[in-house]
Amino acid sequence: MNKELKILGIVVIFTLILYWGVEPFAHSQMHKHVEGHGLIYDGKADIEEASKDKKEVKKKFWADVKKIASLKGDVASGETIFNSTCASCHMKGASNMGGVTPPSLDHAGAIYDKNFLIALIKNPAMATNVDHKYKDTATHPMGAVMSMVSSDQDIANVVAYIKAKKAGEVTPKEAFIEACSRCHANRYGKLTQLGEIPKTKSNIKTGQDIDKMKYDQKVAEEQNALADYLGKLPPDLSIIYRARSEHFLETFIENPQSQLPGTAMPRTGLDKEGLEKVMAYLEETGDPSKPARDALGPWVLAFFVIFTILAYLWKQSQWRDLH
Amino acid sequence: MAHFDENAKPFSHQWLNDRLAIDTLKRVLSTEYWIPKNINFLWAMGMVLAATFGILLISGIFLLMYYQPNTKLAFDSVNYTIMTEVGYGWLWRHIHGVGASVVFLIIYIHMFTGIYYGSYKRGRELIWLSGMLLFVLFSAEAFSGYMLPWGQMSYWAGMVITNLFSGGSLHADGLVEWIRGDYVPGQAFLGRFFMLHVLLMPLVIIGAIVFHFGTLRLPHVNNQDGEEIDFEESARLYKEGKKAESKVIPFNPVFLSKDVFVMGIYFIFFFYLVFYHFEFAMDPVNFDPANGLKTPTHIYPEWYFLWSYEILRPFPTDPGLIAFGFAQVIFFLLPFLDRSPNVAPASRRGAFKVWFWLLLIDMIVLTFMGKLPPQGIWSTIGLVAALLFFALWIALPIITKLEKKL
Ligand code: HEC
Ligand code: HEC
Ligand code: HEM
Repeated sequence: MNKELKILGIVVIFTLILYWGVEPFAHSQMHKHVEGHGLIYDGKADIEEASKDKKEVKKKFWADVKKIASLKGDVASGETIFNSTCASCHMKGASNMGGVTPPSLDHAGAIYDKNFLIALIKNPAMATNVDHKYKDTATHPMGAVMSMVSSDQDIANVVAYIKAKKAGEVTPKEAFIEACSRCHANRYGKLTQLGEIPKTKSNIKTGQDIDKMKYDQKVAEEQNALADYLGKLPPDLSIIYRARSEHFLETFIENPQSQLPGTAMPRTGLDKEGLEKVMAYLEETGDPSKPARDALGPWVLAFFVIFTILAYLWKQSQWRDLH
Repeated sequence: MAHFDENAKPFSHQWLNDRLAIDTLKRVLSTEYWIPKNINFLWAMGMVLAATFGILLISGIFLLMYYQPNTKLAFDSVNYTIMTEVGYGWLWRHIHGVGASVVFLIIYIHMFTGIYYGSYKRGRELIWLSGMLLFVLFSAEAFSGYMLPWGQMSYWAGMVITNLFSGGSLHADGLVEWIRGDYVPGQAFLGRFFMLHVLLMPLVIIGAIVFHFGTLRLPHVNNQDGEEIDFEESARLYKEGKKAESKVIPFNPVFLSKDVFVMGIYFIFFFYLVFYHFEFAMDPVNFDPANGLKTPTHIYPEWYFLWSYEILRPFPTDPGLIAFGFAQVIFFLLPFLDRSPNVAPASRRGAFKVWFWLLLIDMIVLTFMGKLPPQGIWSTIGLVAALLFFALWIALPIITKLEKKL
């Protein structure tokens, strides 16, 4: 018995060493480690990563953002500005502009960080850290906002309004649709870049579903526009949850440039709640069996524990008179 | 013509016995298949392997009902249909994935047990050879199965491994195309690997397992001291009820009861992995759909192929391929390269003891390096470990020839 345990110990130790080497250790060596910044958008990483000639501009930009953040915003006047400017692009049934369709802002106050929103209105390309793509950042699809809402106080007011009135309870799916799905489809979640896939019916006599074909064509056109704008079609995120580590996703979403320097994906400026919700949705479509696993696992293990105890008793009875 | 009892009721014991000799079969294959008493749980690994193969077969049959061997549909049929829409599809898939990985862990334990106790010689050569045949067949089965989800790693591992058949500067590109059925992995490639994985390989494996069991019957399994047992004498003692004096036990039910107990422990471990720790068996890169235009940053095989992959990598193409070929066949030759007459645990065999532990550690080092990017210190360690691997096999006949007879 003692000898068997000693042998088991040796087998277990070698197995663990093997596991450590091909899993945790190998992965730690294969991927560069990127630190998150705790979802604080103060431009620190942007300034560090920026080329020399851009450093000063960025420093000033984020200093201004900090200044605006300290102003007290007025919700009522913010509402007026929001309705006359933001809502002209961000409306129901908005159409593609400059390659991308403006998202719904219904829960913007809940999912986006305050400083990020200020920065976004001040200069969308800078805020999302894709300014390297533009000679003139006013040509960003949302660039027009810079001339529409230009005073610091106005910016503070709009953001105060969004934070106060455009917050509310948001589901994981809504968070994903508002923050990501204008670029990323999620076919397992039945989402395209145009939102939820509508239910259509095929003609019984011909077997053809013309509404679906029309919809597919619209999706294809939207995708063409996106690919022209971003240089490639952003990948479908159905199962990205299993293709990337959680740490990668979180740091990538916080600042895409940190993981893929030069990437066309903009920073989305999610706050803690926004990130949690988006991750929850990615888990829901990418690893949907988690609840079922957690429910069934203990029963199966309990079954085998009982099985093993019975097997042990049987073995003892068979081996009793052998020695 | 044998004698048939006309009055036996159909399917009664007597009736079956006349037609199938079930009593004899049972005696020869189970109740009087004698196993030495002096063995430890490592001798249960063979039955654990058989059980794991059974699990792979059953879970595979369930997956097969929904899998689509089509390059456009394969990825989603696995990752969506089976994982979301099919009841307990996720369970079958995780069992199959974990099983495919764990079966190799057990195979390696089983092989190194054989090496440690010298169970491959003096009548047991065919057990070893048929075992190695199983190793090769399982490797082919695992590789072909890995192609099926048609993810990035399926595609690129398929590309890299089939490329090996071009034979380096032989430029046998025609052979590579013949294997792939196309210039690059595509529908023809997926179709044939699907066939191999679900039909031909499992059939051949079942045959090989039967053969492996057959090779065990006459030499019997070895024991912890490598002692040569007089099985007839011991069996007589056992049957006379002198169980304590006898050195053997019947496979069924006595040894089986221990096998089943060990299997129980193994199943707890196995299902713990299935429910709480399956990621190690399913590479993240394979959850990106296959894309022939986008080479992944790191391409590496599953962990159980890493050591032989690392023997290929540190050398220039041609010597690398030769080294790789050498690594694939050298274990077959073990019974003939070990020149010592001793069948005994490595701990009592002097230099062989050192050889055994060096080989084991060297293969673990090779495995580590096979996954790491081949840069700087990693490639140097990989090269040294690969050279040591060859040195060990060259040294084996010499050190075993010099070994003193025990
Ligand atoms: C304006 C369009 C846009 C939005 C909005 C967007 N992305 Fe992306 N995303 C991209 C593009 C473009 C790429 C491809 C990047 C590349 O390969 O360089 C990408 C790539 C990715 C990748 C893959 C990175 C890799 O390792 O290949 C992930 C993960 C991702 N996005 C997550 C998200 C999430 C989560 C959101 C919402 C919070 C989001 N994206 C919002 C455009 C977008
Ligand atoms: C000229 C049209 C236009 C106006 C005006 C406009 N936006 Fe946008 N907005 C866009 C477009 C287009 C995008 C998508 C940009 C992209 O993905 O590259 C966008 C994206 C956003 C996002 C999502 C950014 C992210 O992190 O994913 C927010 C939040 C936003 N706008 C808020 C506002 C607010 C607040 C205002 C008003 C002060 C406003 N927008 C005014 C066009 C506009
Ligand atoms: C993968 C499928 C395999 C199955 C199902 C299998 C099954 C078995 C079984 C049931 C036994 C008898 C019990 C035991 O000693 O464990 C056995 C013995 C043995 N097997 Fe395997 N085996 C497999 C693979 C291998 C491989 C890959 C090798 C090594 C090349 C191997 C070499 C041996 C040897 C040498 C013995 C004799 C052990 C002794 O005499 O002590 N087997 N196998």
